[in-house]
Amino acid sequence: MGSFFHRKTKMIKKFLTYYTFPIIFVWLLVVSYNSSKRKPDSVMELITDPSWLYDWPKWLDIPLMKWINDGFKVFNEKYGIYFEVINDFLLGAILSLKKFLIVLPWPLVIALVVAIVFFSSGRKLGTTVFVGICTFFIGFLHPKFWDKAIETTSIMIIGILICIIIGIPLGIAMARNNKLRNAILPVLDLMQTIPSFCYLIPGIMLFGLGAVPAIIATVIYAVPPLVRLTDLGITLVDTEVIEAAEAFGASKKQKLLGVQLPLALPNIMQGINQCTMMALAMVVIASMIGTRGLGDEVLLGLQQLNVGKATEAGLAIVLLAIVLDRITQAYGKKIQDRNKPPK
Amino acid sequence: MSKIEINNIYKIFGPNAQQVMPMVKDGASKEQVMEETGHTVGLDNVSLSIEEGEIFVCMGLSGSGKSTLIRHINRLIDPTSGEVLVNNIDVCSLDEKEILEFRKRTMSMVFQRFGLFPHKTIIENVAYGLEIQEVPEDQRHEIAQGQIKAVGLEGFEHQYPAQLSGGMQQRVGLARALATNPEILLMDEAFSALDPLIRSEMQNQLVELQAKLKKTIVFITHDLDESLKLGDHIGILNGGRLVQVGKPEDIILNPADDYVKAFVKDVNRSKVLRARTIMTKLDKFDKSSVNPSSTYKYDEDTFIEDIVPKVLKDRSTIEVIDKEGMTTGFITSDELSVALTKTE
Repeated sequence: MGSFFHRKTKMIKKFLTYYTFPIIFVWLLVVSYNSSKRKPDSVMELITDPSWLYDWPKWLDIPLMKWINDGFKVFNEKYGIYFEVINDFLLGAILSLKKFLIVLPWPLVIALVVAIVFFSSGRKLGTTVFVGICTFFIGFLHPKFWDKAIETTSIMIIGILICIIIGIPLGIAMARNNKLRNAILPVLDLMQTIPSFCYLIPGIMLFGLGAVPAIIATVIYAVPPLVRLTDLGITLVDTEVIEAAEAFGASKKQKLLGVQLPLALPNIMQGINQCTMMALAMVVIASMIGTRGLGDEVLLGLQQLNVGKATEAGLAIVLLAIVLDRITQAYGKKIQDRNKPPK
Repeated sequence: MSKIEINNIYKIFGPNAQQVMPMVKDGASKEQVMEETGHTVGLDNVSLSIEEGEIFVCMGLSGSGKSTLIRHINRLIDPTSGEVLVNNIDVCSLDEKEILEFRKRTMSMVFQRFGLFPHKTIIENVAYGLEIQEVPEDQRHEIAQGQIKAVGLEGFEHQYPAQLSGGMQQRVGLARALATNPEILLMDEAFSALDPLIRSEMQNQLVELQAKLKKTIVFITHDLDESLKLGDHIGILNGGRLVQVGKPEDIILNPADDYVKAFVKDVNRSKVLRARTIMTKLDKFDKSSVNPSSTYKYDEDTFIEDIVPKVLKDRSTIEVIDKEGMTTGFITSDELSVALTKTE
């Protein structure tokens, strides 16, 4: 009978979940007692003098460091050449974007920013003026901040583009496949919690000092919220709306492009916004590995114990953050307003 | 041949549905299956056939499996066992491409919470089915325009769904379903989310539309009055099992079990029963007692709520006539009192 079979597998599962770990734990205790330096004479002493429990047994150690170092070395030797190609490509992209933005006279850049905000926010005058003033103030704080801000922005734009290229398709794939989601989620957790220097350093070893490892670090640091919010946005689309599309015979592609993505767009835009903010934070940290931009002004101020200089540069970063935040958020809000009933 | 034929459908929700199947087939109850295997029985050996051009109402309380059943017809849900024939084609045998084509051409669906696309305007919503069929834009907007007019929503074409009231939104849902000119209309609790006045209005509109269009409609509801008003046939589901199928009068006069009895207990019978059902046939009627001066002729499809006042007022006799005007039977106060007495 099916039910009997079911019960048996249930029992085995129960046994495994309840007893496997206690058994392993007891075994570890016994083994570590055997290898401890000072063995007590009687059983009573085990309890009266528990010092054998205090030393972590030396043999109980995964040689992860050695594995990673060896692996990384082999990896670098074998595939280093591909990284050079990536390096050249990214560097080229950053340089040409930077050159383009620096060649433009600053009033034109401000005018461009103002125009983008004006149209993406649905012609909201208040936001537009505010962002225009913020942009102006970056240069107004210190003339050399203008070029630095442009350098930072061009690194960020490339980084965010890569985030979008990777993050949105990955988020879509996760929303469609639960197994993939369960596999990716811990990786995202890892990317968000591991200290950034842990991948900045190997980045330098692969790409050398400068903007490219900064971009790689930016992507690692900033892509998780975009992936999560894309996945969430698609998962949250009303099931009845999805069913409606299916009932009319919409194919997976028609469903995705015509219904799921447009309805997930406010969330995706929020993801891009989060991505932008985190990318900015990372670009500042990346100044420590020689990335040029507003971050290296902060770093310089700190090294010279020049509080005023560091604060001034910090303010410029905040202004840049405000400008980028308004641009990315305004567009998301505009879509959201349309889907809500009017007040 | 019936338009839609459902044969021995079982649906079990859970990770090992096939393994639980034998248990359900042996007659284990829903609760038993849940207790022992953690699986939910959605449908338990449901078979029915739906004729072309009728409104078939599927009724039951929430959790009875009615929404699951309707989703088997366009295969939004796959059965665990059994077959669904639409136009004599087994829906479950279609591959992915064929099922999409089948959904596009043969049927469309109306949803309880409307299922409109909030990012599309009303006209784009109505034209959605045609958009999926890749009909050119101006052509599909022309058809959509006609449907919007048919449900009385002219002037709202370029608004978004959120700007419309519930009743208006469901009209959009109905127009969207009709725009592809489907043979079959699936309506999942289509009017349940509307307030009573609007609901009644929508029911009337559906009856009117149906008189013109003659679609095959499968209508899901938990409201008996609604099912009696709309249904040519009614199927009553309880706990995933189909307990009774019949015409509205059959359900009222001969409830199959206590569950159906409890349902029909409070129904206003005079709104459901028709003259034809309660009359005494011509050959069994003693005409000697009839006073010709107080006899009125009524069509055999008249609801008895329209007859009662006449009979009560001056003890008159009702002569029931068919479509050709031939007398088929009679109704007096005796027949009325029998018909309106509740069965306990």
